[in-house]
Amino acid sequence: MSLVLPAPDISRALTRISHEILERNAGSTSITLLGIPTRGAHLAKRIAEIISKIENAPIQVGTLDITLHRDDLRMRPPRALMPTMIPSLGVEDRNVILIDDVLFSGRTIRAALDALGEIGRPKSVQLAILVDRGHRELPIRADYVGKNIPTSREQSVVVHLTELDGVDEVVVEGSAE
Amino acid sequence: MKHLLSINDLSKAEAISILDTAQELARVSDGPMKKLPTLRGRTIVNLFAEDSTRTRISFEAAAKRLSADVINFSAKGSSISKGESLKDTAQTLQAMGADAVIIRHGASGAAQRLADSHWMSGAVINAGDGTHEHPSQALLDAFTIRRHLSKGGSDLAGLRVAIVGDVLHSRVARSNVLLLSKLGAHVVLVAPPTLLPVGVESWPCEISYDLDAVISNVDAVMMLRIQLERMNELFFPNAREYSRYFGLNSDRIRALKADAIVMHPGPMNRGLEITADAADGARSVIVEQVANGVSIRMAILYLLLAGSQEIGAAL
Amino acid sequence: MTQTNYLLKGTCLPDGSKSDIEIRDGKITAIGAMLPKAADAIEIDLTGSVVLPGLVDLHTHLREPGKEDAETVLSGTMAAAKGGFVAVSAMANTSPVADTAGVVEQVYALGQSAGFADVFPIGAVTQGLQGEALSEIGAMADSRARVRIFSDDGNCVFDPLVMRRALEYVKKFDGVIAQHAQDPRLTIGAQMNEGEISSRLGLKGWPAVAEEAIIARDILIADHVKSRLHICHLTTAGGVEIIRWAKARGMDVTAEVTPHHLLLTDESALSYDPIFKVNPPLRTQRDVEALREGLADGTIDIVATDHAPHPAEAKECEWQEAAFGMLGLESALAIVNQTMVATGLMTWEAVADRMSHAPARIGRYTDHGQKIAIGNLANLTVINPSQSYRVDRDLVASRSRNTPFHEMDLQGVIAATFYRGQPTYLNGKLTPQGGR
Repeated sequence: MSLVLPAPDISRALTRISHEILERNAGSTSITLLGIPTRGAHLAKRIAEIISKIENAPIQVGTLDITLHRDDLRMRPPRALMPTMIPSLGVEDRNVILIDDVLFSGRTIRAALDALGEIGRPKSVQLAILVDRGHRELPIRADYVGKNIPTSREQSVVVHLTELDGVDEVVVEGSAE
Repeated sequence: MKHLLSINDLSKAEAISILDTAQELARVSDGPMKKLPTLRGRTIVNLFAEDSTRTRISFEAAAKRLSADVINFSAKGSSISKGESLKDTAQTLQAMGADAVIIRHGASGAAQRLADSHWMSGAVINAGDGTHEHPSQALLDAFTIRRHLSKGGSDLAGLRVAIVGDVLHSRVARSNVLLLSKLGAHVVLVAPPTLLPVGVESWPCEISYDLDAVISNVDAVMMLRIQLERMNELFFPNAREYSRYFGLNSDRIRALKADAIVMHPGPMNRGLEITADAADGARSVIVEQVANGVSIRMAILYLLLAGSQEIGAAL
Repeated sequence: MTQTNYLLKGTCLPDGSKSDIEIRDGKITAIGAMLPKAADAIEIDLTGSVVLPGLVDLHTHLREPGKEDAETVLSGTMAAAKGGFVAVSAMANTSPVADTAGVVEQVYALGQSAGFADVFPIGAVTQGLQGEALSEIGAMADSRARVRIFSDDGNCVFDPLVMRRALEYVKKFDGVIAQHAQDPRLTIGAQMNEGEISSRLGLKGWPAVAEEAIIARDILIADHVKSRLHICHLTTAGGVEIIRWAKARGMDVTAEVTPHHLLLTDESALSYDPIFKVNPPLRTQRDVEALREGLADGTIDIVATDHAPHPAEAKECEWQEAAFGMLGLESALAIVNQTMVATGLMTWEAVADRMSHAPARIGRYTDHGQKIAIGNLANLTVINPSQSYRVDRDLVASRSRNTPFHEMDLQGVIAATFYRGQPTYLNGKLTPQGGR
């Protein structure tokens, strides 16, 4: 097990992502942040706070549960549903930024795009990710990346956040064969 | 959990997880996402050997919102009404590749027979078997009660629920006694002694013959449908006397606690077990029960069918 | 037909004494230790087994005529031989009903030609089992079948006047009315014992009182007209009490219990598997204990199987659609061994009485139920009481497979059945003896 991203690095990465989002979307008025539960939702909240401080304005932030859209439902036991919370302005004609902790196969993001499509038609959809560990199985890439961490398929990337785990850190478990 | 045949199949935690899932699904359904891809490619058969339009369309709506393919196989005009055996029907459904069968049947235990036999391999969901159980109805009732009365709690601890009427012939009553007591509620059955089964004293509930003594002290009152034919089988003298002692009327509505709710699984016999003003009044959540039925049935289908059966169950 | 002679070695008599038994020309010719083997005799080693007088069943459904897909006289008597029975009493609810001399003579003749056991037809009390007009009771009694037991089994003789007349009428030839005690008004649509389990399962209850009320009524009627009454398949603790009360007053009533009611309870219905659906229904553990006690102390006179074969489709369905009844002949003695002997409630002498002497006496079957003694007919049942076997419904001799004991381990294996000196069942094989 190795620590690949300690707390200060996570904090710096989120701040940098926040700035990149603002720069690319020319401010905060057009953006809606949607975190994918569980950890993506907390990251979305943190990024919203950072942007809100920079811009000195309230940010549209919510959550998007993708469980019902997963394509691996038949391969796993059914899981409990997480709340979906779309902020007041909706997604129609907004620049929606999906936020998750780890980008791996890309299937979660595909499910999120499907779920989003059921809700409305955003102007654009962007993707912010804390860790990109590679091994994509779909043509999906992130617009904002906290850190690229090369891994083997057998390894697992574990993100801990203070809100849930009492500590901010990203660790890689298993050997890099 | 592979089947839902009886409330006895559920632990308290599993029952709560169905209610929680239904709550999320209700929120999804209220929003712009009317249809979810979750059960795309799954085939669900509504096997209704007994007429019940409301339960059938509730399950059908739930299955369709989850994108499952639904085949309706109902009594009228089908081979069931021509005396085909349950076994032959089940083997036909198996051959058609049904992933789940939702069965409504006049014989107690029919759902369990279907599940225990080796006639088919899909999931079996009991949508009412004879005078035995109707678990999805009890789950939607518990869901409705929780929404109104549990003040954010996940179970029904501390609540008192009266179930009034023909308990003897009611699968709704049997499932509700099991589920509501499992969730911590105190259940009182109110009925004439003729309409309570011998052996009811072993059930996890209280028994009363006096609705007026009970009504001012409950948080929810659930009226059961009474069939007029029961009169000819000597269960009570006549409809008027039944209504006088066990009907819900405006006087009894006034005796209810301030926030108590009125429930009925439908279809109602207005003027017999419930007066029109009681059924349509401010206390009534009867229409809401119908809406909640779809969410509960979506949750059941999701939890039974979305996952892989080989890996087993989160439930 | 030439008779083979046998020497049974190492058996244990009902009284517990160890003895060899010689069978010659269909009769018992010697009993004693270390009997020498005659040159023309076949010696069979039965060490560790108990030998009983051949078992007699007073309650068997052979289904012929009319329901030969479920059972025939031949297949039913094969099941009887495999279960240790040398005589069975064929219930009248066939199609046509055994309510005329013609039908009972036909069934009797079929039994004789099958050659596995004596078949004694039971005559219907009323025409078509309808409970209204008496059937040709006298003609059946005088027929070649010599019917002595009359029963509408499956239906109760509900009308008290009909019951009274029938009881009176059979006195003419020392007959007996075997009553299926079930008040039909209290059991409309009934599916199982009425109690806690039925309340939970939502299956219509068959209350104990519907049985007990008829037993009590008929005991009083029979005593009033001084006739013989036999109560079929007693199932309730209350029924045992009523019979005990009647016997204490010297009333001429006898009663039977089935093996399944000695072993199973209404909890079996929790599976909704109609293999456990039977009439009268399986009752509670308390009733089971009362029945065992009643059988042990003689309140209940006999064990009778109520062997009721049904074709597969009659049980492969919903509970309420299924037929009542279960197989009984092949497993009866093992269940009695397991529930009554192995538990210390009854001796083998008592088993010999309840399953051979007493049923033969009630039915007036003079060739049966004889003591194991020199000069008597060699009708013998040999059981190995310490050996167990697993019931397999695919291996039954009956034409039907509706045994509730499938995959259960039962204690007591039939080693041999001798019917008039010849083995009908030996070393796990059935051998017909080709009639007389």
